[in-house]
Formats: sequence, structure tokens, C-alpha cells
Amino acid sequence: MLHWMTTISIWMIPVLILGILLYGTLKRVPTYETFVEGGKEGINMSFSLIPFLVGMLVAISVFRASGALDFIVQSLNPLLSLLHFPSEVLPLAIIRPISGTAALGITSDLISVYGPDSFVGRLAATIQGSTDTTFYVLTVYFGAVGIKKMGDALKVGLLADLIGIIAAVIVVTLVFGMN
Amino acid sequence: MVNYIWVGMFVIGIVFGMVNGTMDQVNEALFVSAKEAVTLCLGLMSILVFWLGLMKIAEESGLLDKLSNLFKPFMRWLFPEVPPNHPAMGYILSNMMANTFGLGNAATPLGIKAMEQLKKLNGGKATVSRSMVTFLAINTSSVTLIPTTVIAIRMNYDAHSPTDIVFPTIIATAISAVGGIAIDRYFYYRRKRSGRE
Repeated sequence: MLHWMTTISIWMIPVLILGILLYGTLKRVPTYETFVEGGKEGINMSFSLIPFLVGMLVAISVFRASGALDFIVQSLNPLLSLLHFPSEVLPLAIIRPISGTAALGITSDLISVYGPDSFVGRLAATIQGSTDTTFYVLTVYFGAVGIKKMGDALKVGLLADLIGIIAAVIVVTLVFGMN
Repeated sequence: MVNYIWVGMFVIGIVFGMVNGTMDQVNEALFVSAKEAVTLCLGLMSILVFWLGLMKIAEESGLLDKLSNLFKPFMRWLFPEVPPNHPAMGYILSNMMANTFGLGNAATPLGIKAMEQLKKLNGGKATVSRSMVTFLAINTSSVTLIPTTVIAIRMNYDAHSPTDIVFPTIIATAISAVGGIAIDRYFYYRRKRSGRE
């Protein structure tokens, strides 16, 4: 199962490229010139992204490095055990929308400490796989087109993450049991 | 809201650093992460240039239009403010597909293109439109079929069956996508009632 899945993911991008290029040639698009023209846009886009990402990533890392994030996670622990939310996974749940790399670090830590086939290990893997780094996505997408006010997008994104995490807890409990 | 969260993270972080005696770490974090952010943008540049170039070919050849024709009814329901034949639809769809198949690198440039088109539809204003919120709600709940990174980690730690979390992941991600769309609709009608849209 894993074998053909990894094969698919390795093949997918090159096959996609092949398809686009062949289709373009078939439709008599000047492929190379069009590629260059489209690619130019990418240069300006990545430069205009710099201030957005610097602002966001510095704030997040100050928040983390000071120990404030850990502190908040610790103080929420008693409340969550009341709600039967597995407290081991809480740091992951809080960090997942904020920092993708930090979340990945926590996920591998949880898997190594509790074991890949434990309840916590499976739950961590499911949360990591089923939600995205909302802050990063919003910063990049809004930043690239120069929109500074996010409106309801952040609220909606974070609430969707919350639903995803709760869904992960329930589904993993139902599928694997709580051992 | 972003302004408050942004300032909040700094203020809480710095004050906490004072009280907690972690000012060293805070100082280090400031400069290291600023540098990391710039590196990240430059790293994105290679991906953006390549995929935006390729997608231009897909757009000119009519491949994107073909794709959006396939899912027209669903997309019209999801984005009632976007004209059905608008290029935004093609980009939104290809972004969703790329995410679904775990092609994060290809998804980002497509998503940015989609946002660009949505901004054009919104008269080029620097404000958020309804369609943008919907698009990002779907995007951040990241519907995935194959969570490759997680499977790789589980393999590393000798999981009995590294892929057994694929099914729960798909269910959880689908629930959060549906939830995200519902919440988005709710916020939209709330804005509408209060006369902000």
C-alpha cells in the first residue's frame, strides 16, 4: 500500500509537468516564451512577501522563545483533562496553526516518546496531517497580493482548525480505541 | 484582528521574557527568525518562478478552463460571487487539487494566482472579499489524500503499519473542510446582516 502511494507521489509532479507541456504544444502555445513570461511574476511576488513573512515569523518566534507559549499550554492542561482532551497533544494542537515546522517537531517528538502505534502517536500524526498552518497560509496568500487586513479569514481559519482537531480526536478514538 | 494578534505575540513574548529570564532567547529569536523569513522567501522564489511559468502555459492552452468546467456546479455554489468562466475558478480548483494530492510546492503559487484574480474581481481594492475568505477557509483546512510527511515520520519510528492513519486523516480533514465552509457562510451572513457586505 505504502509502496504504490509513494510511487504515486513521486510520479505525480513530473507527470503533471509532462501533461501541461504536451497539451500546450498540442494547442500551439509558444511554450517557452509563455513560461518565461509567467515566471517573471514569481520574482516580484517573492520580494513583496518578505515584509509579511518577516513580521509574522519574528513575532511567532519571540512568543515561542520567551517560553510564553509553553506557559499557556501548561496552564490550559487542567481544563483540558476535564474535557477528556488528551493533554499530551495540546501543545501540538495550539502550535499547529501557528508554525508548521514547530508542529512537525512536536509530532515527531510525541511519536518517538509514546510510540507510533499508541493512541497519542496516532492522534498526533492525524492532527499533523489533517490541518494546515493557518497563519502561514494567510500571511503568504494575503501578503503576495498586498492585502493587509484579513477580515474574517483568520477567525474562520482558526475555527476550522479547531473543528479539525476535535474531529481527529474523535475519529482516532473510534478507529483505534484509546490504548 | 491581525494587528492585535501580532502585537500581542510580541508584547506577551517580551514581557514574559523579562519575568521569566529568557531575554537571551528572545534576542536570539528576533534575529534568527528574521533571517529565516527572508531565506524562506528566497526559497519560495524558485518554486514560484517555476510553477507560475508552467501554469501560464496551462492557462494559455485552455487546460485550466477545462478543469474548471468539470467542477462548475460545485464551484458556483461555493463561490457565488465569482463569474463561472472567470480565470479565478481555474486557479482555485487547481490549488485545491494540488493540496489534495499533497503537492504543497505547486499549491502555493496557484493559490497566490487565485488570490490575485479574486483581488481583481474585488476592484483591485486592498480589502478582503467574501470569496477570499471562502477560499482560505478551504485552503487552511487542507484536504489531503496522502499525508506524506507524517507517513515518513511514522516509518522512521517503525510503525506497525505507517499508513493506517491515512483514513482517519482524510475523515478529519474532510470534517474540518465542511466545518470551515459552514463557519465561513455563517460569518458571511453575519456581515451581511450588520450591513458590512
